[in-house]
Amino acid sequence: MKKENTNRGVGQNAPPLLNPASWNPITVQLIAEDLVIDRGARRVIEGLSFAVRQGEALVLTGANGIGKTTLLRTLAGFIQPFRGSIKLDGGDPELSVAEQAHAVGHANAVKASLTVFENATFWNSYLETGGQSSARIQAALQHFGLEDLAEFPAAYLSAGQKRRLGLARLLVAHRPLWLLDEPTASLDAASSERLVAAINAHTGKGGMAVVATHLPLALDRARTLDLSALKVAA
Amino acid sequence: MKSFWALILRDLRLAVREGGAIGTALGFFLVVVSLMPLGLGPDLNLLARIAAGVLWIALLLAALLSLNRIFEADYEDGTLDVLATGPLPLELVSAAKALAHWITTGIPLAVLAPILGILLNLDLNAYPILVATTLLGTPAVSFLGAVGAALTMKTRRGGLLLALIVLPLYVPTLIFGISAVSAGAGPGGLGASFLILAAISLVTVVLGPVAAAAALRVQLQ
Repeated sequence: MKKENTNRGVGQNAPPLLNPASWNPITVQLIAEDLVIDRGARRVIEGLSFAVRQGEALVLTGANGIGKTTLLRTLAGFIQPFRGSIKLDGGDPELSVAEQAHAVGHANAVKASLTVFENATFWNSYLETGGQSSARIQAALQHFGLEDLAEFPAAYLSAGQKRRLGLARLLVAHRPLWLLDEPTASLDAASSERLVAAINAHTGKGGMAVVATHLPLALDRARTLDLSALKVAA
Repeated sequence: MKSFWALILRDLRLAVREGGAIGTALGFFLVVVSLMPLGLGPDLNLLARIAAGVLWIALLLAALLSLNRIFEADYEDGTLDVLATGPLPLELVSAAKALAHWITTGIPLAVLAPILGILLNLDLNAYPILVATTLLGTPAVSFLGAVGAALTMKTRRGGLLLALIVLPLYVPTLIFGISAVSAGAGPGGLGASFLILAAISLVTVVLGPVAAAAALRVQLQ
Protein backbone atom coordinates (compact mmCIF):
# COMPACT_ATOMS: atom_id res chain seq x y z
CA MET A 1 0.00 0.00 0.00
CA LYS A 2 2.78 2.38 0.96
CA LYS A 3 4.49 1.59 -2.32
CA GLU A 4 1.51 2.68 -4.33
CA ASN A 5 1.47 6.08 -2.68
CA THR A 6 5.10 6.92 -3.24
CA ASN A 7 5.31 6.07 -6.90
CA ARG A 8 2.55 8.34 -8.07
CA GLY A 9 3.64 11.44 -9.90
CA VAL A 10 7.09 12.22 -11.21
CA GLY A 11 9.34 12.31 -8.20
CA GLN A 12 9.45 13.65 -4.70
CA ASN A 13 10.82 17.08 -5.59
CA ALA A 14 8.54 17.73 -8.52
CA PRO A 15 5.25 19.54 -7.97
CA PRO A 16 2.26 17.20 -7.77
CA LEU A 17 1.07 16.44 -11.27
CA LEU A 18 -2.32 15.03 -10.53
CA ASN A 19 -4.82 17.22 -8.85
CA PRO A 20 -7.66 17.52 -11.34
CA ALA A 21 -10.09 19.08 -8.90
CA SER A 22 -8.15 22.32 -8.70
CA TRP A 23 -8.10 22.92 -12.46
CA ASN A 24 -10.49 24.76 -14.62
CA PRO A 25 -12.74 22.08 -16.14
CA ILE A 26 -13.16 23.97 -19.43
CA THR A 27 -9.56 23.56 -20.51
CA VAL A 28 -8.52 20.43 -22.34
CA GLN A 29 -6.15 18.11 -20.58
CA LEU A 30 -4.87 14.61 -20.94
CA ILE A 31 -5.22 12.67 -17.72
CA ALA A 32 -3.70 9.28 -17.09
CA GLU A 33 -4.62 7.72 -13.77
CA ASP A 34 -2.90 4.85 -12.03
CA LEU A 35 -1.64 3.22 -15.20
CA VAL A 36 -0.36 -0.33 -15.02
CA ILE A 37 0.97 -1.62 -18.33
CA ASP A 38 2.20 -5.11 -19.11
CA ARG A 39 4.30 -6.04 -22.12
CA GLY A 40 4.49 -9.76 -22.63
CA ALA A 41 4.84 -11.20 -19.15
CA ARG A 42 6.74 -8.17 -17.89
CA ARG A 43 5.22 -5.28 -15.97
CA VAL A 44 6.69 -2.21 -17.63
CA ILE A 45 4.84 0.61 -15.94
CA GLU A 46 3.21 0.44 -12.55
CA GLY A 47 1.01 2.98 -10.86
CA LEU A 48 1.81 5.93 -13.10
CA SER A 49 -0.41 8.98 -12.96
CA PHE A 50 0.14 12.23 -14.77
CA ALA A 51 -1.67 15.01 -16.51
CA VAL A 52 -0.77 17.15 -19.49
CA ARG A 53 -2.57 20.45 -19.39
CA GLN A 54 -3.62 22.59 -22.30
CA GLY A 55 -0.62 24.27 -23.90
CA GLU A 56 1.85 21.99 -22.20
CA ALA A 57 4.49 19.60 -23.44
CA LEU A 58 5.47 16.55 -21.43
CA VAL A 59 8.93 15.18 -22.14
CA LEU A 60 9.43 11.49 -21.37
CA THR A 61 12.99 10.53 -20.55
CA GLY A 62 14.71 7.43 -19.30
CA ALA A 63 17.06 4.72 -20.47
CA ASN A 64 16.32 2.38 -23.37
CA GLY A 65 13.67 -0.17 -22.52
CA ILE A 66 12.27 1.81 -19.64
CA GLY A 67 8.83 1.96 -21.28
CA LYS A 68 8.66 5.27 -23.17
CA THR A 69 7.37 3.69 -26.37
CA THR A 70 5.04 1.41 -24.41
CA LEU A 71 3.56 4.41 -22.63
CA LEU A 72 3.12 6.33 -25.89
CA ARG A 73 1.52 3.35 -27.63
CA THR A 74 -0.82 2.96 -24.67
CA LEU A 75 -1.81 6.62 -24.91
CA ALA A 76 -2.39 6.09 -28.65
CA GLY A 77 -4.75 3.23 -27.88
CA PHE A 78 -2.74 0.36 -29.37
CA ILE A 79 -2.03 -1.27 -26.02
CA GLN A 80 -4.77 -1.81 -23.48
CA PRO A 81 -3.47 -0.94 -20.00
CA PHE A 82 -3.81 -3.69 -17.43
CA ARG A 83 -5.32 -1.16 -15.05
CA GLY A 84 -5.95 2.54 -14.99
CA SER A 85 -7.54 5.01 -17.34
CA ILE A 86 -6.56 7.54 -19.96
CA LYS A 87 -8.90 10.30 -20.89
CA LEU A 88 -8.87 13.60 -22.68
CA ASP A 89 -10.76 15.90 -20.36
CA GLY A 90 -12.60 18.61 -22.24
CA GLY A 91 -12.03 16.94 -25.58
CA ASP A 92 -14.66 15.66 -27.98
CA PRO A 93 -16.64 13.12 -25.93
CA GLU A 94 -17.59 11.15 -29.05
CA LEU A 95 -14.00 10.47 -30.03
CA SER A 96 -11.46 8.26 -28.32
CA VAL A 97 -8.15 9.69 -27.13
CA ALA A 98 -6.45 8.02 -30.09
CA GLU A 99 -8.77 9.71 -32.57
CA GLN A 100 -7.79 13.08 -31.16
CA ALA A 101 -4.08 12.36 -31.28
CA HIS A 102 -1.29 12.29 -33.81
CA ALA A 103 0.98 9.33 -33.10
CA VAL A 104 4.43 9.50 -34.68
CA GLY A 105 6.42 6.37 -33.99
CA HIS A 106 9.74 5.05 -35.20
CA ALA A 107 8.39 4.35 -38.69
CA ASN A 108 7.57 7.28 -40.94
CA ALA A 109 4.41 5.99 -42.63
CA VAL A 110 5.74 7.26 -45.95
CA LYS A 111 4.80 5.44 -49.17
CA ALA A 112 7.85 5.17 -51.40
CA SER A 113 5.99 5.08 -54.71
CA LEU A 114 3.93 8.20 -54.03
CA THR A 115 5.36 11.68 -54.36
CA VAL A 116 5.98 13.86 -51.34
CA PHE A 117 2.89 15.90 -52.16
CA GLU A 118 0.70 12.82 -52.68
CA ASN A 119 1.81 11.42 -49.32
CA ALA A 120 0.89 14.66 -47.58
CA THR A 121 -2.39 14.96 -49.51
CA PHE A 122 -3.43 11.46 -48.54
CA TRP A 123 -2.86 12.12 -44.85
CA ASN A 124 -4.74 15.38 -45.14
CA SER A 125 -7.79 13.80 -46.75
CA TYR A 126 -7.67 10.71 -44.52
CA LEU A 127 -7.11 12.39 -41.16
CA GLU A 128 -8.83 15.73 -41.61
CA THR A 129 -12.58 15.33 -41.38
CA GLY A 130 -13.24 18.84 -42.67
CA GLY A 131 -12.55 19.92 -46.22
CA GLN A 132 -9.27 19.22 -47.92
CA SER A 133 -7.05 22.25 -47.90
CA SER A 134 -4.10 22.52 -50.19
CA ALA A 135 -2.92 25.64 -48.38
CA ARG A 136 -2.55 23.59 -45.22
CA ILE A 137 -0.56 20.89 -47.06
CA GLN A 138 1.70 23.50 -48.65
CA ALA A 139 2.29 25.15 -45.28
CA ALA A 140 3.15 21.80 -43.69
CA LEU A 141 5.63 20.91 -46.42
CA GLN A 142 7.10 24.39 -46.27
CA HIS A 143 7.54 24.25 -42.52
CA PHE A 144 9.65 21.11 -42.83
CA GLY A 145 11.53 22.42 -45.85
CA LEU A 146 10.05 19.96 -48.34
CA GLU A 147 8.32 22.34 -50.75
CA ASP A 148 11.05 21.96 -53.39
CA LEU A 149 10.72 18.18 -53.25
CA ALA A 150 6.91 18.12 -53.54
CA GLU A 151 6.81 16.37 -56.93
CA PHE A 152 9.63 13.98 -56.02
CA PRO A 153 8.82 10.29 -55.38
CA ALA A 154 9.37 9.62 -51.69
CA ALA A 155 11.56 6.62 -52.59
CA TYR A 156 14.41 8.99 -53.49
CA LEU A 157 14.34 10.94 -50.23
CA SER A 158 17.12 10.62 -47.67
CA ALA A 159 16.35 9.17 -44.23
CA GLY A 160 16.15 12.65 -42.71
CA GLN A 161 13.87 13.93 -45.48
CA LYS A 162 11.57 10.93 -45.05
CA ARG A 163 11.46 11.68 -41.34
CA ARG A 164 10.53 15.28 -42.09
CA LEU A 165 7.76 14.08 -44.41
CA GLY A 166 6.52 11.79 -41.65
CA LEU A 167 6.51 14.73 -39.25
CA ALA A 168 4.72 16.96 -41.76
CA ARG A 169 1.70 14.77 -41.02
CA LEU A 170 1.44 16.62 -37.69
CA LEU A 171 0.62 19.81 -39.55
CA VAL A 172 -1.60 18.56 -42.40
CA ALA A 173 -4.42 17.71 -40.00
CA HIS A 174 -5.32 19.26 -36.67
CA ARG A 175 -5.23 17.08 -33.58
CA PRO A 176 -5.11 18.51 -30.05
CA LEU A 177 -2.69 15.88 -28.76
CA TRP A 178 0.67 14.97 -30.29
CA LEU A 179 2.39 11.75 -29.24
CA LEU A 180 5.95 11.79 -30.53
CA ASP A 181 8.34 8.89 -30.09
CA GLU A 182 11.92 10.04 -30.59
CA PRO A 183 10.87 12.50 -33.29
CA THR A 184 14.40 13.83 -33.80
CA ALA A 185 15.81 10.48 -34.97
CA SER A 186 17.87 11.01 -38.17
CA LEU A 187 17.11 14.76 -38.20
CA ASP A 188 19.89 17.33 -38.54
CA ALA A 189 20.16 20.29 -36.17
CA ALA A 190 18.22 22.69 -38.42
CA SER A 191 15.38 20.19 -38.91
CA SER A 192 15.23 19.52 -35.17
CA GLU A 193 14.77 23.24 -34.66
CA ARG A 194 11.92 23.24 -37.17
CA LEU A 195 10.30 20.41 -35.26
CA VAL A 196 10.73 22.20 -31.94
CA ALA A 197 9.20 25.31 -33.51
CA ALA A 198 6.24 23.24 -34.71
CA ILE A 199 5.70 21.73 -31.25
CA ASN A 200 6.00 25.14 -29.58
CA ALA A 201 3.52 26.66 -32.02
CA HIS A 202 1.14 23.76 -31.36
CA THR A 203 1.32 24.08 -27.58
CA GLY A 204 1.22 27.87 -27.92
CA LYS A 205 -2.20 27.49 -29.57
CA GLY A 206 -3.44 25.32 -26.72
CA GLY A 207 -2.38 21.91 -27.99
CA MET A 208 -0.70 19.22 -25.94
CA ALA A 209 2.35 17.13 -26.72
CA VAL A 210 3.97 14.09 -25.16
CA VAL A 211 7.49 13.67 -26.47
CA ALA A 212 9.86 10.80 -25.75
CA THR A 213 13.38 11.90 -26.43
CA HIS A 214 16.99 11.45 -25.45
CA LEU A 215 18.07 14.89 -26.67
CA PRO A 216 17.41 18.09 -24.77
CA LEU A 217 14.85 19.97 -26.87
CA ALA A 218 14.14 23.67 -26.38
CA LEU A 219 10.44 23.19 -25.73
CA ASP A 220 8.35 25.92 -24.17
CA ARG A 221 6.07 25.13 -21.23
CA ALA A 222 7.62 21.69 -20.95
CA ARG A 223 7.76 19.41 -17.98
CA THR A 224 9.83 16.29 -17.74
CA LEU A 225 8.63 12.89 -16.66
CA ASP A 226 11.61 10.66 -15.94
CA LEU A 227 10.41 7.09 -16.18
CA SER A 228 13.60 5.73 -14.59
CA ALA A 229 12.93 7.76 -11.46
CA LEU A 230 9.58 6.05 -11.38
CA LYS A 231 11.28 2.68 -11.67
CA VAL A 232 13.56 3.49 -8.76
CA ALA A 233 10.66 4.65 -6.66
CA ALA A 234 8.75 1.51 -7.46
CA MET B 1 -16.74 8.51 -45.66
CA LYS B 2 -14.20 10.87 -47.19
CA SER B 3 -11.44 8.99 -45.38
CA PHE B 4 -12.79 5.68 -46.73
CA TRP B 5 -12.58 6.83 -50.35
CA ALA B 6 -9.21 8.49 -49.73
CA LEU B 7 -7.86 5.16 -48.51
CA ILE B 8 -9.28 3.23 -51.48
CA LEU B 9 -7.95 5.79 -53.95
CA ARG B 10 -4.51 5.63 -52.38
CA ASP B 11 -4.49 1.83 -52.54
CA LEU B 12 -5.56 1.87 -56.19
CA ARG B 13 -2.87 4.41 -57.00
CA LEU B 14 -0.25 2.33 -55.18
CA ALA B 15 -1.38 -0.80 -57.03
CA VAL B 16 -1.01 0.94 -60.38
CA ARG B 17 2.35 2.50 -59.48
CA GLU B 18 3.86 -0.65 -58.03
CA GLY B 19 2.12 -3.01 -60.42
CA GLY B 20 3.94 -6.07 -59.13
CA ALA B 21 1.04 -7.69 -57.28
CA ILE B 22 -1.43 -7.55 -60.17
CA GLY B 23 1.17 -8.66 -62.68
CA THR B 24 2.24 -11.62 -60.57
CA ALA B 25 -1.34 -12.76 -59.97
CA LEU B 26 -2.33 -12.49 -63.63
CA GLY B 27 0.89 -14.13 -64.80
CA PHE B 28 0.48 -17.00 -62.36
CA PHE B 29 -3.13 -17.50 -63.46
CA LEU B 30 -2.04 -17.61 -67.11
CA VAL B 31 0.80 -20.04 -66.50
CA VAL B 32 -1.17 -22.49 -64.35
CA VAL B 33 -4.08 -22.63 -66.79
CA SER B 34 -1.83 -23.04 -69.82
CA LEU B 35 0.04 -25.90 -68.13
CA MET B 36 -3.21 -27.89 -67.83
CA PRO B 37 -3.70 -28.81 -71.52
CA LEU B 38 0.01 -29.58 -71.74
CA GLY B 39 -0.22 -31.96 -68.82
CA LEU B 40 -3.56 -33.58 -69.65
CA GLY B 41 -3.15 -33.96 -73.40
CA PRO B 42 -5.30 -32.63 -76.24
CA ASP B 43 -8.52 -34.41 -75.28
CA LEU B 44 -11.03 -31.62 -75.98
CA ASN B 45 -13.95 -33.31 -74.25
CA LEU B 46 -11.95 -33.87 -71.08
CA LEU B 47 -10.71 -30.28 -71.08
CA ALA B 48 -14.20 -28.87 -71.59
CA ARG B 49 -15.48 -30.96 -68.71
CA ILE B 50 -12.83 -29.79 -66.21
CA ALA B 51 -12.48 -26.23 -67.55
CA ALA B 52 -14.64 -24.53 -64.90
CA GLY B 53 -12.89 -26.31 -62.04
CA VAL B 54 -9.40 -25.60 -63.36
CA LEU B 55 -10.19 -21.93 -63.92
CA TRP B 56 -11.66 -21.49 -60.45
CA ILE B 57 -8.82 -23.29 -58.65
CA ALA B 58 -6.16 -21.40 -60.61
CA LEU B 59 -7.97 -18.14 -59.87
CA LEU B 60 -8.01 -18.84 -56.14
CA LEU B 61 -4.32 -19.74 -56.11
CA ALA B 62 -3.45 -16.64 -58.12
CA ALA B 63 -5.43 -14.40 -55.77
CA LEU B 64 -3.69 -16.04 -52.83
CA LEU B 65 -0.33 -14.78 -54.10
CA SER B 66 -1.33 -11.16 -53.66
CA LEU B 67 -3.23 -11.46 -50.38
CA ASN B 68 -0.29 -11.09 -48.02
CA ARG B 69 0.37 -7.56 -49.22
CA ILE B 70 -3.05 -6.28 -48.10
CA PHE B 71 -1.79 -5.29 -44.65
CA GLU B 72 1.87 -6.24 -44.60
CA ALA B 73 3.16 -3.26 -46.58
CA ASP B 74 1.22 -0.79 -44.45
CA TYR B 75 2.35 -2.50 -41.27
CA GLU B 76 6.01 -2.43 -42.23
CA ASP B 77 6.21 1.28 -42.98
CA GLY B 78 4.11 2.31 -39.98
CA THR B 79 1.12 3.45 -42.03
CA LEU B 80 -1.20 1.02 -40.27
CA ASP B 81 -0.52 2.69 -36.91
CA VAL B 82 -1.65 5.99 -38.33
CA LEU B 83 -4.64 4.46 -40.11
CA ALA B 84 -5.68 2.98 -36.77
CA THR B 85 -5.61 6.39 -35.03
CA GLY B 86 -7.57 7.99 -37.86
CA PRO B 87 -11.26 8.78 -37.97
CA LEU B 88 -12.18 5.43 -39.55
CA PRO B 89 -12.79 2.41 -37.31
CA LEU B 90 -10.48 -0.50 -38.11
CA GLU B 91 -13.46 -2.41 -39.52
CA LEU B 92 -13.85 0.17 -42.27
CA VAL B 93 -10.08 0.34 -42.79
CA SER B 94 -10.13 -3.43 -43.41
CA ALA B 95 -13.17 -3.10 -45.67
CA ALA B 96 -11.52 -0.36 -47.71
CA LYS B 97 -8.34 -2.36 -48.12
CA ALA B 98 -10.21 -5.54 -49.05
CA LEU B 99 -12.34 -3.62 -51.54
CA ALA B 100 -9.22 -2.11 -53.10
CA HIS B 101 -7.75 -5.61 -53.33
CA TRP B 102 -10.89 -6.85 -55.08
CA ILE B 103 -10.76 -3.99 -57.58
CA THR B 104 -7.06 -4.44 -58.31
CA THR B 105 -6.89 -8.24 -58.26
CA GLY B 106 -10.37 -9.79 -58.26
CA ILE B 107 -11.70 -7.90 -61.25
CA PRO B 108 -8.61 -8.37 -63.48
CA LEU B 109 -8.61 -12.11 -62.68
CA ALA B 110 -12.33 -12.35 -63.45
CA VAL B 111 -11.79 -10.57 -66.76
CA LEU B 112 -8.87 -12.80 -67.69
CA ALA B 113 -10.77 -16.02 -66.84
CA PRO B 114 -12.87 -16.26 -70.06
CA ILE B 115 -9.82 -15.56 -72.20
CA LEU B 116 -8.05 -18.47 -70.55
CA GLY B 117 -11.24 -20.50 -71.03
CA ILE B 118 -10.30 -20.71 -74.71
CA LEU B 119 -7.22 -22.72 -73.75
CA LEU B 120 -9.46 -25.24 -72.01
CA ASN B 121 -12.13 -25.51 -74.73
CA LEU B 122 -14.75 -24.09 -72.38
CA ASP B 123 -18.30 -24.39 -73.74
CA LEU B 124 -19.22 -21.19 -75.57
CA ASN B 125 -22.53 -20.83 -73.70
CA ALA B 126 -20.65 -20.83 -70.41
CA TYR B 127 -18.60 -17.68 -71.09
CA PRO B 128 -21.05 -15.05 -69.79
CA ILE B 129 -21.84 -17.24 -66.79
CA LEU B 130 -18.14 -17.71 -66.07
CA VAL B 131 -17.56 -13.94 -66.04
CA ALA B 132 -20.63 -13.40 -63.87
CA THR B 133 -19.69 -16.08 -61.34
CA THR B 134 -16.07 -14.99 -61.06
CA LEU B 135 -17.12 -11.37 -60.58
CA LEU B 136 -19.67 -12.46 -58.01
CA GLY B 137 -17.35 -14.88 -56.19
CA THR B 138 -14.13 -12.86 -56.03
CA PRO B 139 -15.35 -10.40 -53.34
CA ALA B 140 -15.46 -13.40 -51.01
CA VAL B 141 -11.88 -14.17 -52.04
CA SER B 142 -10.69 -10.67 -51.13
CA PHE B 143 -12.69 -10.20 -47.94
CA LEU B 144 -11.88 -13.65 -46.52
CA GLY B 145 -8.31 -13.14 -47.62
CA ALA B 146 -8.14 -9.90 -45.64
CA VAL B 147 -8.84 -11.89 -42.46
CA GLY B 148 -5.95 -14.24 -43.21
CA ALA B 149 -3.72 -11.33 -44.19
CA ALA B 150 -4.46 -9.56 -40.91
CA LEU B 151 -3.69 -12.71 -38.93
CA THR B 152 -0.36 -13.34 -40.67
CA MET B 153 0.66 -9.68 -41.01
CA LYS B 154 3.62 -9.91 -38.64
CA THR B 155 4.76 -13.35 -39.77
CA ARG B 156 7.87 -13.27 -41.88
CA ARG B 157 7.25 -15.18 -45.12
CA GLY B 158 3.80 -16.03 -43.85
CA GLY B 159 2.52 -16.88 -47.33
CA LEU B 160 2.20 -20.59 -46.68
CA LEU B 161 0.50 -20.05 -43.34
CA LEU B 162 -1.87 -17.65 -45.06
CA ALA B 163 -2.70 -20.33 -47.65
CA LEU B 164 -3.40 -22.86 -44.91
CA ILE B 165 -5.73 -20.46 -43.11
CA VAL B 166 -7.56 -19.09 -46.10
CA LEU B 167 -7.87 -21.92 -48.65
CA PRO B 168 -10.27 -24.06 -46.56
CA LEU B 169 -12.50 -21.00 -46.21
CA TYR B 170 -12.66 -20.73 -50.00
CA VAL B 171 -14.29 -24.17 -50.37
CA PRO B 172 -17.92 -22.93 -50.50
CA THR B 173 -17.06 -20.26 -53.06
CA LEU B 174 -15.22 -22.84 -55.14
CA ILE B 175 -18.03 -25.41 -55.03
CA PHE B 176 -20.82 -23.02 -55.96
CA GLY B 177 -18.67 -21.13 -58.45
CA ILE B 178 -17.95 -24.34 -60.34
CA SER B 179 -21.49 -25.69 -60.05
CA ALA B 180 -22.91 -22.45 -61.44
CA VAL B 181 -20.69 -22.67 -64.51
CA SER B 182 -21.32 -26.40 -65.01
CA ALA B 183 -25.06 -26.05 -64.47
CA GLY B 184 -25.05 -23.18 -66.92
CA ALA B 185 -24.34 -25.60 -69.73
CA GLY B 186 -27.70 -27.21 -68.98
CA PRO B 187 -31.02 -25.52 -68.30
CA GLY B 188 -31.60 -25.92 -64.53
CA GLY B 189 -29.66 -25.32 -61.35
CA LEU B 190 -27.99 -22.12 -62.44
CA GLY B 191 -30.12 -19.82 -60.35
CA ALA B 192 -29.60 -21.64 -57.07
CA SER B 193 -25.81 -21.80 -57.33
CA PHE B 194 -25.70 -18.22 -58.44
CA LEU B 195 -27.74 -17.00 -55.50
CA ILE B 196 -25.74 -19.01 -52.97
CA LEU B 197 -22.52 -17.61 -54.43
CA ALA B 198 -23.91 -14.09 -54.07
CA ALA B 199 -24.97 -14.86 -50.50
CA ILE B 200 -21.48 -16.13 -49.60
CA SER B 201 -19.93 -12.97 -50.99
CA LEU B 202 -22.36 -10.70 -49.16
CA VAL B 203 -21.80 -12.47 -45.84
CA THR B 204 -18.02 -12.24 -46.17
CA VAL B 205 -18.22 -8.56 -47.16
CA VAL B 206 -20.06 -7.89 -43.90
CA LEU B 207 -18.25 -10.26 -41.52
CA GLY B 208 -14.76 -10.32 -43.04
CA PRO B 209 -13.83 -6.73 -42.05
CA VAL B 210 -15.03 -7.32 -38.48
CA ALA B 211 -12.83 -10.40 -38.12
CA ALA B 212 -9.90 -8.68 -39.84
CA ALA B 213 -10.20 -5.66 -37.54
CA ALA B 214 -10.20 -7.92 -34.48
CA ALA B 215 -7.03 -9.59 -35.76
CA LEU B 216 -5.42 -6.20 -36.45
CA ARG B 217 -6.18 -4.96 -32.92
CA VAL B 218 -4.32 -7.93 -31.48
CA GLN B 219 -1.43 -7.55 -33.91
CA LEU B 220 -0.97 -3.81 -33.30
CA GLN B 221 -0.45 -4.19 -29.54
